[in-house]
Amino acid sequence: MNLGSLLEPFRHEFMQRALFGCALIGFTNGVLSAFIVLRRMALMADAMAHSLLPGVAFAIIFLGIMPGTLFLGALVAALLVAFGTQLISRSSRIKEDTSLGLLFACSFSLGLVLLSLSTVHVDVQDYLFGNILGLGDADLWIVYAISLVVLPVLTGLQRPLLLMMFQPSVAGSQGVPVNALNYTLVGLLVLSMISSLQAVGVVLALGMLIAPAATVYLLCDSFPKMFWLGGVIGATGSCLGLLASYWLSLPSGPCIVLLLGLAFVVAYLFSPKYGVISGLIQGRHIHEASLARWRDR
Amino acid sequence: MAGWRCDGKKLQKYKVIANLLHQGNNLQLNGFHPVLSLSVVTSFPPAQHVLRVHDLTVSYKRIPAVHHVSLELKCGSAVALLGPNGAGKTSFFKALVGLVPLESGWIELHGKNGRSAFAHIAYLPQRSTVDWDFPITVRELVEMGRYQALGWHKRFEAEDRRQVEHALETMDFKDLAERQISALSGGQQQRAFLARSLAQNAHVFLLDEPFAGLDKLAQELLAEAIKTLAGRGNLVIVSHHDLRSVPGLFDKVIFLNGELVAYGDVHDVFTQENIARTFHTHVFSGLAHEPRIPAGTVPP
Repeated sequence: MNLGSLLEPFRHEFMQRALFGCALIGFTNGVLSAFIVLRRMALMADAMAHSLLPGVAFAIIFLGIMPGTLFLGALVAALLVAFGTQLISRSSRIKEDTSLGLLFACSFSLGLVLLSLSTVHVDVQDYLFGNILGLGDADLWIVYAISLVVLPVLTGLQRPLLLMMFQPSVAGSQGVPVNALNYTLVGLLVLSMISSLQAVGVVLALGMLIAPAATVYLLCDSFPKMFWLGGVIGATGSCLGLLASYWLSLPSGPCIVLLLGLAFVVAYLFSPKYGVISGLIQGRHIHEASLARWRDR
Repeated sequence: MAGWRCDGKKLQKYKVIANLLHQGNNLQLNGFHPVLSLSVVTSFPPAQHVLRVHDLTVSYKRIPAVHHVSLELKCGSAVALLGPNGAGKTSFFKALVGLVPLESGWIELHGKNGRSAFAHIAYLPQRSTVDWDFPITVRELVEMGRYQALGWHKRFEAEDRRQVEHALETMDFKDLAERQISALSGGQQQRAFLARSLAQNAHVFLLDEPFAGLDKLAQELLAEAIKTLAGRGNLVIVSHHDLRSVPGLFDKVIFLNGELVAYGDVHDVFTQENIARTFHTHVFSGLAHEPRIPAGTVPP
């Protein structure tokens, strides 16, 4: 493979567009990912992603395939599932994880049934596994707008969110509106899910949302760093994954998620402090003073 | 100056004392060892600030956990909150910081109630409620204490940094400030959270079973920290289980058993009789058929 073929993807307009989209989606998801991982919302995020499907199907059937309507349908569906979950878990003895699992399985099935009934020809694959190469202008605008909402809100609310994630009870006693922040976080989650719908589809969206923070969590002990590094890893991972898929002629969505997964595995094995293998290599004593004292004996 | 129960002359005197106290604090900031400067501070009588609790009742789903507690505690003392499991100690703390709705009663600190009082009360939950793997260093934890004063957006100023440094120094964290919180020992973890409350400029500290699981040295260091706080004029209330250590650590006790059994100075109230009445009876659950323990409150 020579330099020319390496640079080839950058010459196509659809690839430039896709790369720009990937960087933006990856960064937004990566930044949000710190919050999802620390708040332990991974299962919830997965459920949200799946529940986007019936909304998309409804939008296609009744409004036709247009980015704006797809966005609206997905948003409504996800919010319905989110609030339905809260409603069921608070008004009965069913716990939140159970009601969430139930609702997302049902809504995902509903989406598949609706799509199969639809008279408009749609490729279900596009929504399940994404199609970033088909990113149109309107799609890019939506991605752009979502990033413009999610990133400033997360940056602006960083302090109260940090207090809430660390100790909800203490945060409450300091006047942090814990419930409102929780709903805000779910809202942002839905938005960034919708943005990654185009890139990797509903099934793989979780990867973009979990992998960056899981990786950074093993690399640093400081929350602000985790916040921004997650974004950087998300953006570079997504772009590299897309390029790899072009060079190797593989589907783009899975390539992106696999690359992010690879970054996690590297951190899991070789993180200076928490890596499994680096722990073995470094030996038992970390503290030099204690090592010296131990040798003197 | 509501909440200061004294006449004009006394008030003047206390103002002088408060100024001296303030100077004492400044001395401490100029690089004095916290324990040394402690003696400077304690040579003055503590400021006469008061935490007042009146007819406080907390219920969960209509089942009361704390019944009609009324008490008055002067700041500048270390108070032990004693009672069996389920006596409502944690509920009492949560009520003091506004984390649970009050069924009846009110709380007043320095003559203020509601949000403005809660802002000066710091609650340190039991150690098991903290996610110790959270990516945060001791310094960042203490910085979190400034968030309340800074609000959501204001920048960290030199004054905030000074407060953080001071809190770290007072709790003896010079070398460990950059450690992640799980890389601390149990006692250090407790003191790290105390440092955060210090940076928060809290006046009242509520510590929920801080001594649980600490070894002797860690207990002594924590006791030292609690005494430092009380000596600075803070009110420290500690829920505690080891009865033998009470007289050595605290100058006041509260006996809680669903309802208030007794409270007051250690040498007046910490008696076998009160211990028996608190620990050797059923926790009062508010039901009519249970033998009711007369709340023989001893005034402080």
